[in-house]
Amino acid sequence: MLIVACSLAPGAAATAGPAESLSEKFAYCQDCHGPNGQGYRGFYPIPRLAGQQTQYIENQLRAFLERRRKNAIMLNVAHGLHGNMAAALAARFNAAKVAPIGGAPQTLAAQGKDIFDHGIPEKDVAACAACHGPAAQGTGEIPRLAGQLYEYVVFKLVNWSKERGQIASQPDTSLIMEPVAHSLSRSEAQAVAAYVSSLR
Amino acid sequence: MRSRLAEALLIAAASTILFAGLASPAGAEDPAIGNCTWCHGGGAQGYLPAPRLAGQQRAYLRAQLERFRMHGRDAPASIQFMWAAAENLSDGRMRALTDYLAALDTKPAMDGNPALEGRGRDIYQNGVADENIVACVACHGPHATGVGAIPRLDGLSHSYLVRRLTDWQNGYNRAGATPMPHIAGNLSPDQIDALSSYLSNTRYAGAAR
Repeated sequence: MLIVACSLAPGAAATAGPAESLSEKFAYCQDCHGPNGQGYRGFYPIPRLAGQQTQYIENQLRAFLERRRKNAIMLNVAHGLHGNMAAALAARFNAAKVAPIGGAPQTLAAQGKDIFDHGIPEKDVAACAACHGPAAQGTGEIPRLAGQLYEYVVFKLVNWSKERGQIASQPDTSLIMEPVAHSLSRSEAQAVAAYVSSLR
Repeated sequence: MRSRLAEALLIAAASTILFAGLASPAGAEDPAIGNCTWCHGGGAQGYLPAPRLAGQQRAYLRAQLERFRMHGRDAPASIQFMWAAAENLSDGRMRALTDYLAALDTKPAMDGNPALEGRGRDIYQNGVADENIVACVACHGPHATGVGAIPRLDGLSHSYLVRRLTDWQNGYNRAGATPMPHIAGNLSPDQIDALSSYLSNTRYAGAAR
């Protein structure tokens, strides 16, 4: 079996079966998330994981399992991660360095930067930078947005309450975003997405 | 500009005739391209071993013709039939041809094993996480209609689907095909049979996007 050659591929040979081999599981993640974790435009936008916060990745994988976050594909994927594999995969993606894949409408980026840096005071939308950081690098369970796929960010923002925070008795960090996502118009979401998708 | 437009229109008309299987002066005078219908069928619905082209994603068709030109598609059937055909295809004719093909209506091949459809559907929609097999649906879509350079798969023939997946396993067609060579490498012969049966017996009635 050939493991996709890439700058992230570890040198260690796999000795365990496919489900237990970290290298093979990592290659499986890369099948959809891109050979360098840069994200991929499939039928659905598949998010960038390169440089993503490890705690964010681990929390999302738990959220799929616990059905706090609704996603049929990732629910199955999360079920296939055993032992400390989630943490190990998160660390590999966090260490990946690759340029954004681009493709966002750049005419929107200036408005997006303004929203990102200053929020929309008249709509009670806080500055994205307050939590995601001035360079959109994220921290802990708050995700990095820099370089994220434009289509993915738009889709998440307009669809937030339908897929995040799905178990009322188990509130998580997605609760912070709920009112923000609700307040943003589609065009404002597109502007913010265009801006963050271009950041390195 | 005007003459290029006229040429494109002429080519589009010629392509239509080429695929309608009628006597075509343009086709007859162009032995380099030959007649696509000889292998792909009069309605471009495919004929062993050539795949159905009707209704396929336009960007996918263009990308594959480009890969035949660059010899990135290097399986035996590709070398034998498609290298010369693609090499002699002008850019204008390629655009007209792919526009024409993408707009054609499709028929499912229906040559899969119906008993395997359920298993094939499960692999397609859910993947097999414990075997590191990704869900096809993520890229090819819930109805296998593909998008952009990602091909439509619904209704393609069982034999063609099996061959493409096993060609990757055997080391062919790797250039420019990421991530499919790796994905195909994780599939067993039984899984390939099931997936191909499901897809060949499926037809999405709505419009592909």
